[in-house]
Amino acid sequence: MAINISKSESDDQLRQKVMEISGQNFQKCYQCGTCSGSCPMAEHITVQPRRIMALLQLGNRKALSEANTPWVCASCHTCMVRCPRSIDITRLMEALRLVKLRQNIDHVHPNELKPEEIARLPQIAMVSGFRKMTS
Amino acid sequence: MKISYYPGCTLKTRAKNLESSALASLKALGVEFEELPRWNCCGAVYSLADDDLIHLIAPVRDLIRVKERGHDTVLTLCSMCYNTLARANELMKSDEEKRYTINTFMDEEPDYAGEVRVLHFLDFIRDEFGFDKLKEKITNPLNGLKVAPYYGCTLLRPKEVAIDSPDRPKLFHQFLEALGASVIDFGSSTTCCGAYQVLNEPEATLTVSHRILMDAVNHGAEAMALTCPLCDYNLGRRQEAMKEKFDFGDFPIYYFTQLLAMALGLPVEESHFELNLDSSTELLKNKNIIKESA
Repeated sequence: MAINISKSESDDQLRQKVMEISGQNFQKCYQCGTCSGSCPMAEHITVQPRRIMALLQLGNRKALSEANTPWVCASCHTCMVRCPRSIDITRLMEALRLVKLRQNIDHVHPNELKPEEIARLPQIAMVSGFRKMTS
Repeated sequence: MKISYYPGCTLKTRAKNLESSALASLKALGVEFEELPRWNCCGAVYSLADDDLIHLIAPVRDLIRVKERGHDTVLTLCSMCYNTLARANELMKSDEEKRYTINTFMDEEPDYAGEVRVLHFLDFIRDEFGFDKLKEKITNPLNGLKVAPYYGCTLLRPKEVAIDSPDRPKLFHQFLEALGASVIDFGSSTTCCGAYQVLNEPEATLTVSHRILMDAVNHGAEAMALTCPLCDYNLGRRQEAMKEKFDFGDFPIYYFTQLLAMALGLPVEESHFELNLDSSTELLKNKNIIKESA
């Protein structure tokens, strides 16, 4: 996937917003890829965390919003404890989710869950899932 | 030390086998505790946004209840509750500005500044009760049970609330050793099972959970012990779906407290094995840990 680096593709507002919500400075990332190598969901995400960092540095809103990465992230904090630059990548993923959720765009729709699924799932799965993926 | 016990949303129902075995064990060990009156759900996950304080209200309210009770320690069994309460507590201790905002918002409650200690059952046993004392209480050792300890995420990450080394933990190993089990070390013992993604990405979660189980099997484990009701669902209950997709199933999964209760010689009913996979009971019978005559 080519990344188009141009002023018109760069969204400073998004960069600012993600920094504010997460309290994390993604500019510190030097692209070592430890996060991508540590991610248990690596094979299921469309954009690896290392690349998410680069896209954040570029403020590439389009590529960031197309990535499923924040929505497949399970907040396991493995990337965070291993990051040599001490960036809490988990908080950046949360910020990327919140940018969407705060526009009232839910990612999981509780009313679409089948009754038999609700009967099967433990409460803890629903509480945590709805907390992470609904507004 | 005065202990409030915090159950959390799943322990009265789906994870009754975790609660019942843990509380029976604590009584058998002579530990005094009281279930926290008027506890509320902690929210299961800690808010990771700097500007989101509203989701801290629930866990902080629980901590205030503990303080109000005149207790200095809150004991958790579920590792997600542990993580959420411990992180909320750390924030109330260290972040003056947010502490002020939260205390002001909850003006009907007494002010809170992280006075309570949040412990998980496992670090309580290591640091307060002691493994040596625990070993003396074992009457039905888990001899010959090859069990893999699965830590998951929330007991070990982030570092501020880790109950052991996030990279090379040994606490759960030591706990199972104290019960007399043969502990199987395996690489995936701290790898995420997919957690709440079971709601959104059930197939991805199934794949990562299956890989964790296979890693344990390949290292010679005949069972796995864990601490979290969500891990238990992903690694235990979902073996039904693994049968179809990976031809894998019937691998016994236990809560750590069920194994403790058995090793302490407590009645098998306390462990509510009917909530585990059938293979879990069979294995313990084969090892003569559940006595057939009992």
